Amino acid sequence: MHDKKQLITIKGTREGLTLFIDDSCSFDEAIEELQDKLFTNPPKDDEPVVSVRVKLNNRYLNDEQKEKLKSIISYESRFTIHSFESDVLLRKDALSWKEESEIKAVNRIVRSGQVLEVKGDLLLIGDVNPGGKVVSTGNIYIMGSLYGIAHAGFEGDRNAFIAASFMKPSQLRIANYISRAPDYESDGVYMECGLIDEEFDKIIIDRLQVLSSKRKELSGFERRMQNG
Amino acid sequence: MGEAIVITSGKGGVGKTTTSANIGTALALMGKKVCLIDTDIGLRNLDVIMGLENRIIYDIVDVIQERCKLNQALIKDKRFDFLALLPAAQTSDKSAVTIEGMKKIVTELKQEYDYIIIDCPAGIEQGFQNAIAGADKAIVVTTPEKSSVRDADRIVGLLEKQDMESPKLVINRIRNHMMKNGDMIEIDDIVQILSIDLIGIVIDDDEVIKASNSGNPVALQPNSKASIAYRNIARRILGETVPLQSLESEKGMFKKMKKFFGMRV
Repeated sequence: MHDKKQLITIKGTREGLTLFIDDSCSFDEAIEELQDKLFTNPPKDDEPVVSVRVKLNNRYLNDEQKEKLKSIISYESRFTIHSFESDVLLRKDALSWKEESEIKAVNRIVRSGQVLEVKGDLLLIGDVNPGGKVVSTGNIYIMGSLYGIAHAGFEGDRNAFIAASFMKPSQLRIANYISRAPDYESDGVYMECGLIDEEFDKIIIDRLQVLSSKRKELSGFERRMQNG
Repeated sequence: MGEAIVITSGKGGVGKTTTSANIGTALALMGKKVCLIDTDIGLRNLDVIMGLENRIIYDIVDVIQERCKLNQALIKDKRFDFLALLPAAQTSDKSAVTIEGMKKIVTELKQEYDYIIIDCPAGIEQGFQNAIAGADKAIVVTTPEKSSVRDADRIVGLLEKQDMESPKLVINRIRNHMMKNGDMIEIDDIVQILSIDLIGIVIDDDEVIKASNSGNPVALQPNSKASIAYRNIARRILGETVPLQSLESEKGMFKKMKKFFGMRV
């Protein structure tokens, strides 16, 4: 056994344990060795629960395999899995990642009764007229006037925001939050944005400048990549 | 080969039929061969405003269902030799008119006439689809009211999906004193929202109602405000006589005209 290459390596770090699984062996072999390792040196009962990062290198695990690994590692709840980290990803996932992190530029007027829906961020060059609606899974940037409804973070991204050159919207929606225009006649605002304020737990409208402090991740190109 | 222009608005009661009658009359005044088509099946009005109601024998549904020839259904205007009206049916079922039928009629009329003015029914259902089917151009009529502008916007959106050039805008029923007080949406704001070219503005004028009731379109009058406005629209449609005036000069023109009237009264 000692002359054989180790398939499983465990390292302790400040945050917990990191479990390296060799990527050149079969999944079953790795599982077997992992079980060996874990059951031959069981930790003492009074030790606290340790969180484990699993590093897979160039191995791709499907959901079933992940589940199996999870059940072995968290057996008798001595460890919890913090994350799986793999260097490979499915083509399908990569494409949808790309789509969701892209900015879609659209050049048109969204008129009354029309709905413009995109995945990812929306950059609209044109107006959203009263009765029109724009929807995106990410942020919405409007170079024009927003009079209708804008819904950012359609699939639940609470960090999404809506920015416009001019806005006097009938409704702003972000994730599952909705805010509407006041019942009294009000002026629109120039160069402002709508975003969820965690403190007040509602959508607020503020100057565009606040984005640089409240949505720092915006400047990073790979922001969505990190968010997964 | 003529040109077919559909007059539409989405909302009812903003003056589609009045505008159709007057633009048609104004074009005829300028010596063009014009045919008006009323596509508002069941609620025909254009013949009443033109004062031709009692001459109707056949209507558009008779033509489509081939009960008569197109020429038999056309009513020649009592004032102009080259102004004709194809009236809507009053009793027939709405579904009698089809997109193909409309296209066929319009194509046939285009051989004979310079301008085909199609009066569209209110709404965005089949009647609207029929009316725009054969048209090359569209004129959207709106009034300075929120609901009317909203519907016009919807209509412009639908027209953009069609294979025709960007529609032109007529703002109807402008009340000068209300606009000055800021109680009506401003012309600039309407144009900005709809972002289509303005082809004319028409003042809310009592003469229009009087004229419609008497069956003589207001465009026939020499110097009522609305009449001049409609004739200006017709000139702009012809594209030669008057270049499209900017809003300011338009306003200026009305001011001048007011002064003119003030001096006379």
